[in-house]
Amino acid sequence: MNWYGCWTLYSRESRRFLNVKMQTIVAPALTAIMYLIVFRYAMGDREVPGLEVAYFDFLIPGLVMMAMMQNAFANTSSSIMVGKLMNMQIFLMMAPLTAFEVTLAFLAAAVTRALIVAVVLLLVLAPFTNISIEHLWMIMFYGITGSIIMGGMGMIGGMWSKTFDDMALLNNFIIMPLTFLSGVFYSVKQLPEAWQTANHFNPFFYLIDGFRHGFLNVGDTDPSQAIIVVSIATLSTVLACWYLWRAGWRLKD
Amino acid sequence: MSYALEVKKLTKIYKNGKQALQGVDLSVPEGSFFALLGPNGAGKSSLINILADTVHPSSGEVTLLGKNLFTERKWCKQRLGVVPQEIAFDPFFAPRDILKIMSGMFGVKPDMKWIDELLERLELTEHAKKNARQLSGGMRRRLLVAQALVHKPKIVILDEPTAGVDVELRKRLWGFMRELNDNGTTILLTTHYLEEAEELCDQVAIIDQGKLLTSQSMASLLDSVGSSSLVLEYHENMTMTDTIQNKLAAFSPRIEKNTVSLCLKKNDSGQNNFNDAYQTAIALLGEAKSVSVQNEDLEDVFLRLTHNGNTV
Repeated sequence: MNWYGCWTLYSRESRRFLNVKMQTIVAPALTAIMYLIVFRYAMGDREVPGLEVAYFDFLIPGLVMMAMMQNAFANTSSSIMVGKLMNMQIFLMMAPLTAFEVTLAFLAAAVTRALIVAVVLLLVLAPFTNISIEHLWMIMFYGITGSIIMGGMGMIGGMWSKTFDDMALLNNFIIMPLTFLSGVFYSVKQLPEAWQTANHFNPFFYLIDGFRHGFLNVGDTDPSQAIIVVSIATLSTVLACWYLWRAGWRLKD
Repeated sequence: MSYALEVKKLTKIYKNGKQALQGVDLSVPEGSFFALLGPNGAGKSSLINILADTVHPSSGEVTLLGKNLFTERKWCKQRLGVVPQEIAFDPFFAPRDILKIMSGMFGVKPDMKWIDELLERLELTEHAKKNARQLSGGMRRRLLVAQALVHKPKIVILDEPTAGVDVELRKRLWGFMRELNDNGTTILLTTHYLEEAEELCDQVAIIDQGKLLTSQSMASLLDSVGSSSLVLEYHENMTMTDTIQNKLAAFSPRIEKNTVSLCLKKNDSGQNNFNDAYQTAIALLGEAKSVSVQNEDLEDVFLRLTHNGNTV
C-alpha cells in the first residue's frame, strides 16, 4: 500500500477545492440560504402532514444533505473532467498508485468537501431553526455514505464524460431528478401510493430520510432496511469505481 | 549485460483496428543513452505509453531492471520517469507544488533540495510560484521533465522532450541529461532532431510501422550501414552516358547537375577505395573543380532504412 502517495493525492484533491472556496463552499451555502428564505416565507409555520414538524425545520436537513451530495459529486467529477481536458490523468496513471488507492483518495476528498459544506451550512442556518442533533450516528452514517455514493458517481461520471456537455447531461437528467425527487422538499407520506413505492427504489431517498431522522427523530423509512440499502449502494459504488479505474475505462486505450 | 528494459514481442492493436506495434523486441542496456527513432506513426509513442502505463498492451512482455513490468507495476513505476510527448499540466497549482505532489504520489517525501535543483536546472526557479496556467509552452515542457525526475528514477524516458524548446535551452537540457546518464541513469529518448540523437546517444534503435528495423550501438550503426561517397563537382552540367555507367559501375555513380557522386567501400583493413574511385573518375571525366568526401550520417541511414523521406 502506497499510503504516502494516497495521502498526497487526497490532499491534492482537497486543496484543489479549497483553492477555489468561493465556488466550492461559499456558493453552495448561498444557494441553500436562498432556498430557505424562499420557503420560510412561502410556507410560513405550516407543518408537514403526518409528521408534526414545522415545514421549515423539515427542510433544513434535506437541503444540507442535498448540498453535501452535490458537492461530493462535483468534486470528483470536475477533477477527473478537467484532468482529461488537460491530459493530466496520465500523471495518476504513471504514479505507483493502485486503483484502490486512487479511489480511496478521491472519495475521501469528496467526503471532506461534503462535510465542510455541511458544517458551514448548519452553522449559518442554526440561528433560524429549532432542530437539534438527535442521533449523531445517523447524521454521520448517512452524511458520509451519501457523500461516498455521490463522490463515486462523480468519479464514474467524470470517466464516462468526454465533454462538459456530457457532464451537464448527466447532472441535469440523472443527478438532479434523483436528488430532487428523493424527499428533500416533501415527506413521501404526502405522495400518491405508487410514488411512495417508487421512492423506495431510489437510494437517495433513504439517505435523505435517514439524515433527517438524525435531526428530527422522525422518518419515513424503516431504519434497518435503510441501513442495508445504503450499505449495499455504498459498497457497489466503491467497487464500481475501483473496477472501472483499474480497467482504465474511457481513460486508457 | 544487464538490461534496464527488455521488451519482448510487444503488440498493440487499438480499438479502431490500427496495429501500432507488431511484435517489437527491444533491449535497452542499463546505463545507456538510448535513441528510439522512427517516422511519425511508427509506434514510438505507443511503445512509450505502454511503458508509462497510459495505454494497455495487446500482448507481449516487458521487464524493467529484471522485474515484470505488468505484474510488478508499483516497483517498476517507482524506478521509471516518463516525459510524455503531449503537454499536460495541473492548472490548479504552481510548479513547486506540482513537483511536491508528484513526488508524494510516487510515495517519496518531497526532497526540497532536489526540487530546487530541478527548478534551477530547468530554469523554472523564477516561475516556481506562478500558476501553471501562466507558463509558456516551453516552460510547461520543462516542468514535465522536472516531474519525471522528481522521484529520482533509475530509467528516464523522454518522448520528444525538446519540441518547441529553443536551441540554447535545448543544449542545456541535454547537458543535464548527459550528467544524469553519467551518474548511472538509463535514458531512452525519442526525438525528431537526428543530429541530437547522433551526438548524445550511444545506442540506437529504429522502428517503422510497428516493427523494429535495427538496434545496435550508434557507432556500429553509423559504421556498418553508413558508407561514404566521393563527390566531384564540375564547372558544367554532366550527363550520364553508357561509358560512364559501365566504367564506374563499381562505384554506383549518380549524377546531379554538375556533381558526380561515387559510393566508396571499405576493404577488410578499414581503408576505403578512394584512390581507385578518384583515378578512374578523373581519367574518364577530367579534373574536377572540387573534390570532397561525404559520410552518410544518421539522417541518411534513417531515411534509407525507413524509405520514408518526407515524414521526418
